[in-house]
Amino acid sequence: MKELQEIKSRFVPLPMENIDTDQIIPARFLKSTTRDGFGKNLFRDWRYLNNDESTPKIDFALNQSQFTGEILVAGKNFGCGSSREHAAWALLDYGFNAVVSSFFADIFKNNALNNGVLPVTVSEAFLQQIFDQGCDSSLSINVEAQTITIDATGASSYFDINPYKKTCLLNGYDDIDFLLSRKELISEFEKTTTI
Amino acid sequence: MGKTIFDKIWDKHVVETIKNGPSVLYIDKHFIHEVTSPQAFKGIEQRGVSLFRPKQTIATADHNVPTINQHLPIKDELSRMQVEQLIDNCAKHGVELYGLGHPYQGIVHVIGPELGITQPGMTIVCGDSHTSTHGAFGAIAFGIGTSEVEMVFASQCVLQMKPKKMRINIEGVLQKGVVSKDIILYIIAKISASGATGYFVEFAGSTIRSLSMEARMTICNMSIEMGARGGMIAPDETCFEYIKGRAFAPKGEAWNSCINKWRQLYSDEDAVFDNEININAAEIEPMITYGTNPGLGIAINGNIPITENIVDEGERNNIIKALKYMGLESGASLLGMPVQHIFIGSCTNSRIEDLREVAALVKGKQKNSSVHVMIVPGSQQVAKQVHAEGLDHIFAAAGFQIRQAGCSACLGMNEDKIPFGEYCISTSNRNFEGRQGAGARTLLASPLTAAASAITGVVTDIRELI
Repeated sequence: MKELQEIKSRFVPLPMENIDTDQIIPARFLKSTTRDGFGKNLFRDWRYLNNDESTPKIDFALNQSQFTGEILVAGKNFGCGSSREHAAWALLDYGFNAVVSSFFADIFKNNALNNGVLPVTVSEAFLQQIFDQGCDSSLSINVEAQTITIDATGASSYFDINPYKKTCLLNGYDDIDFLLSRKELISEFEKTTTI
Repeated sequence: MGKTIFDKIWDKHVVETIKNGPSVLYIDKHFIHEVTSPQAFKGIEQRGVSLFRPKQTIATADHNVPTINQHLPIKDELSRMQVEQLIDNCAKHGVELYGLGHPYQGIVHVIGPELGITQPGMTIVCGDSHTSTHGAFGAIAFGIGTSEVEMVFASQCVLQMKPKKMRINIEGVLQKGVVSKDIILYIIAKISASGATGYFVEFAGSTIRSLSMEARMTICNMSIEMGARGGMIAPDETCFEYIKGRAFAPKGEAWNSCINKWRQLYSDEDAVFDNEININAAEIEPMITYGTNPGLGIAINGNIPITENIVDEGERNNIIKALKYMGLESGASLLGMPVQHIFIGSCTNSRIEDLREVAALVKGKQKNSSVHVMIVPGSQQVAKQVHAEGLDHIFAAAGFQIRQAGCSACLGMNEDKIPFGEYCISTSNRNFEGRQGAGARTLLASPLTAAASAITGVVTDIRELI
């Protein structure tokens, strides 16, 4: 996993609640057996009319050239529904390194963190402040300080992140390396515990 | 202080807790399927490690398989490659596979319980959010992402933060025509699609105790639809009776010793929950959803909320958007609305008990000519039982099409899709936009409501038919 310390970028606003992983990446695109290439189908059915890339839906933010950047900002309960990690892969592949919302679904949050996509949870009020910004506004996210700042106004908010996960993100460590280092302990656990 | 059933099982499976971080949680059973496992197999191969405990992983093909002509090669090339890769991966890494054609094949959350693999006190994971189904047996069962599948491959453990605990008590007797699907749709409508996020939920109370295992599975299955990490029910005699004698259930002396252990799995009287909700079973009516998340449900004889009366702006916009997609009006009733499709299947409602209920209702009746009805049994075992009991004749006479086991039109990954703009009453678990096919409009309901509506061709209150 790549290291993630700071992001300074414009953002794409999706001020909708309950964006589920079926919208982020519809099931028919889950037939791939690799982690790559999901970005082109990110929000597929919200992006294109009749599933046709030559007819983008112009009212959807990803199709509006004034919105761009590494940060997606969305309404509460982002990533609910299916556990498909393909949703995190699609966001990453498209170029998003962080998602800001007032509330994340549990499994999505884990999947995002496991791929170096930072879920940033802010208050409803702060989320609204971001949505109120113009499209050329940018956000600065600092993982070490756990802060997100609206650059134009200087308004800043602290966000929560588990200290273990923070260390992983800052250094690019992954959970599997950690667990592999614990194999002896796990074998010992198996010997001494009867379930 | 007393312990909850969740605490008892969790504490026993913690190998290590990282300071200020997650716990290393030992996993007893790991189910995999073709869609969320290939990248995890590739991952451990790239790391040059082998599966740590391959015997504790069980595979099946369900999400992306056709539900007709399963004996023929899969037509869709990408689907075929995905299923073939599962076969190769399982062979290479020593994982037991119940693939297409195997008598044990079926939806992963149907086969685990029916084969007796799912047992009380276990930790169970699968790269599928409806893994919560297995919680009906008093197990800690939850869905994981593919990186976590790789963690289990590599170490038989996952890293998890301990969730908060919620108990939902349901007391009393259900009205006639109200079944477990209505209970869970009622709860989700009450607390919303994110009302249990961050929690592991225990379902308890006299109503739950009175339910069969199949009915309990339906409730735990949809725990994730209110955001919960998982749902569970303390095991009791109904549970033990269900497991006894199944293919992988403990036998002989082992059975007796298991039963003794399983009887300890309950929440102590003085156990403390972070949140507790009480529900009166008598208030629950047959439920149906009108929107694009499972929390947007109403009593079947009720009305869709009047959007201008909704105070919260986010919620109001959410419902306006949902109604636009669904082609429905604010304040309207759904009763009597024509539907074009009925889907009876999925890990929520495709077990033999569901199909028996449907058969009992439609016996001697015919579907409405304007409706297409698809029944997809949850597993080969369920399909076998359907034939053994002659339910297939009842369905055929009613004009219901029976297909072969798989996830099918629940998620529209294979060719079983609902056409653009058409309505489907579905016994599945999700009514998200496009879930059953691009533009498809899903109304979630119980198998009884689905069957009743198949006969009339319109959204029907089951109580009018019994």
